[in-house]
Amino acid sequence: MSANPFKDKASPHSASAPPSAADYWADSLFRKLAMTCAGLIIALLAYILLEIGSQAMPAISEYGIGFVGGTTWDGSRDEFGVLPEIWGTLYSSILALIIGGIMGVTIAIFLTQEFLSQKVATVFRLIVELLAAIPSVVYGLWGIYVLIPMLRPVAGWLHTHFDFIPLFSTDLSGPGLAPAALVLAIMILPTVAAISVDALKRIPYKVKEAAYGMGTTRWEAILKVMLPTASSGILAALVLGFGRALGETMALAMLIGNSNQINLSLFAPANTLASLLASSFPEAGDLEIRALMYAAIVLLLLTFVVNVMGLAIQQYTMRKFEGKK
Amino acid sequence: MRSKTLQQTLVAGLCLVLGTLSTAGFAEEVRLQGSGASFPFPIYSKWFRDFSEKHDDIRVDYQAKGSGAGIRDYINEVVDFAGSDAAMNDEEIKDAKRGVVLLPVTAGEVVLTYNLDGVKSLKLPRDVYPDIFSGKISKWNDPRIAKANPGVKLPDSDITVVVRSDSSGTTYVFTGHLSEINDTFKQEVGQGKAPQWPKSNRFVKSPKNDGITATVKQTPGSIGYIEYGYAKLTKMPVAMLENKSGNFVSPGPESGSAALASAEFPAGNLPGSEVPDLRAWVFDPAGAKAWPIASFTWLLIPQEMPKEKAEAMHKLVEYSITEGQKIADSMGYIPLPENVVETVRDVAKHVKAK
Repeated sequence: MSANPFKDKASPHSASAPPSAADYWADSLFRKLAMTCAGLIIALLAYILLEIGSQAMPAISEYGIGFVGGTTWDGSRDEFGVLPEIWGTLYSSILALIIGGIMGVTIAIFLTQEFLSQKVATVFRLIVELLAAIPSVVYGLWGIYVLIPMLRPVAGWLHTHFDFIPLFSTDLSGPGLAPAALVLAIMILPTVAAISVDALKRIPYKVKEAAYGMGTTRWEAILKVMLPTASSGILAALVLGFGRALGETMALAMLIGNSNQINLSLFAPANTLASLLASSFPEAGDLEIRALMYAAIVLLLLTFVVNVMGLAIQQYTMRKFEGKK
Repeated sequence: MRSKTLQQTLVAGLCLVLGTLSTAGFAEEVRLQGSGASFPFPIYSKWFRDFSEKHDDIRVDYQAKGSGAGIRDYINEVVDFAGSDAAMNDEEIKDAKRGVVLLPVTAGEVVLTYNLDGVKSLKLPRDVYPDIFSGKISKWNDPRIAKANPGVKLPDSDITVVVRSDSSGTTYVFTGHLSEINDTFKQEVGQGKAPQWPKSNRFVKSPKNDGITATVKQTPGSIGYIEYGYAKLTKMPVAMLENKSGNFVSPGPESGSAALASAEFPAGNLPGSEVPDLRAWVFDPAGAKAWPIASFTWLLIPQEMPKEKAEAMHKLVEYSITEGQKIADSMGYIPLPENVVETVRDVAKHVKAK
């Protein structure tokens, strides 16, 4: 009776064995590694801010806050202002968010709420995610050669019949806000759809069963139970999509017309911060580079503010709909 | 997942190390590195490739970043030579610590390309095309355009003007010409690499020569300016322009050479050096057959280079102004006139070995 019945259970090869010294060592090493990586990300962000900030300093001290309100960008006269670009960035991104957001969330509902068999849904989801793999410049070319010619007659018709509405006050000559926003919407679609799908899938099946058990119809269950429950995840999807839209460069530089003006019309050419940076950098003079760095900081801040606002809304909906603190 | 990314990083790192090693392995090869103007890039890349093939021990690399970036790289001494459509201004020459020899090696024409359904040939008088680019004329059937094009059916549509969104040497040359011949344009827009174009829904901007070409091609009723080489390559319709002598001319090698024939190099040297100044602009060439908008493009070369590099550079310049000129025509550039070739050969001697 002296044999320890737990002896063989405690063999070093069993999962229940006490951690060995090597285990402790590996564990603490991994922890340190993870901490370093996380720290590096923050350090990198700080470094980027610092570097761009120090490069932009001369322009910041010279133009001050007037830079944000100025409407001229002229390297030969050293006059710089980015209000039209801020306007264009926000306008195109918000339009893209509305279109891409609605499409993305609809697709997510369609894919998760048993409208399709599991297999077909997986194929659909893959196809939507493939959209994210198409390079930006291809979207730009597609916009120039396919989308703009398709939009032109529609825009012309809207302009002739509804030109009293400011949105349609000009017609589409070629590049402009509408094709740019549409392409942006398609570009953010995979992000929005994929994350929303995950958010909807995370809801325990019991929730849906409970809803049906209370006698809801399918649509009532989706609109009044599923969507609010997944709202924080869907909002995160929208915030990420919006962030992507704000920073998108190449396709926009090709489609938006790069015109420094503020116009409500959907069909007028506009400009965005990222597009301005991309097109002005290669040939910019000394002061213009400083001003471009300043513009980069404005873009960073804009993205930052949008993300913080998104987080705040997310917290609010979590508390309201999901009962989390 | 984790170990996979680690693996990938390792592989990438290894490739990097191997890459550095392998370039170090060919150290006996002389490498000339350049960057700058994108307008002469098609012909430069052909020259440099052919030249490197003929000389096993020399390799020439050129990156088309734009004239401004080329000048900046040259001043910061990250490249051996640079290319620029706007040459260098006096201030930039002062900033270049290693001095500079400016050599015009090829020249190009800026042309107006348009998209008008059914219009095969379009003539634009001297007082009309500057007004299109300052927004004064905004309809295709404007009486002043119609008057110069009897028998051509011009549509009653708005003119969409396509200009460069990036700052560029082509724009500098084009706006230089327009400012020279039209005072209103000079006051309202002026000459620049990225001037203030009128703020209007009818002015759209596109990046690079190819961007303008694509936008004009896709936009009915549009007009834009591009390098002749690009127009030739893409078979875009090109407007005939009225020159200083009042003749309507088409772009091409003859009208281009005629334009360059009136170029006169300024007397004297570049500021602060013994090197003759070859910065000649022909913003409004005389000559009955001259194409009105033409310009040289320059190579920027240091006055002193390490011995092997200086020798390679001399060979390269000699190749460009002799063999290189033979293909200029077929690629849409203007061959240098004989007297210019002589001058360039002389001035190139100011590039000396250390």
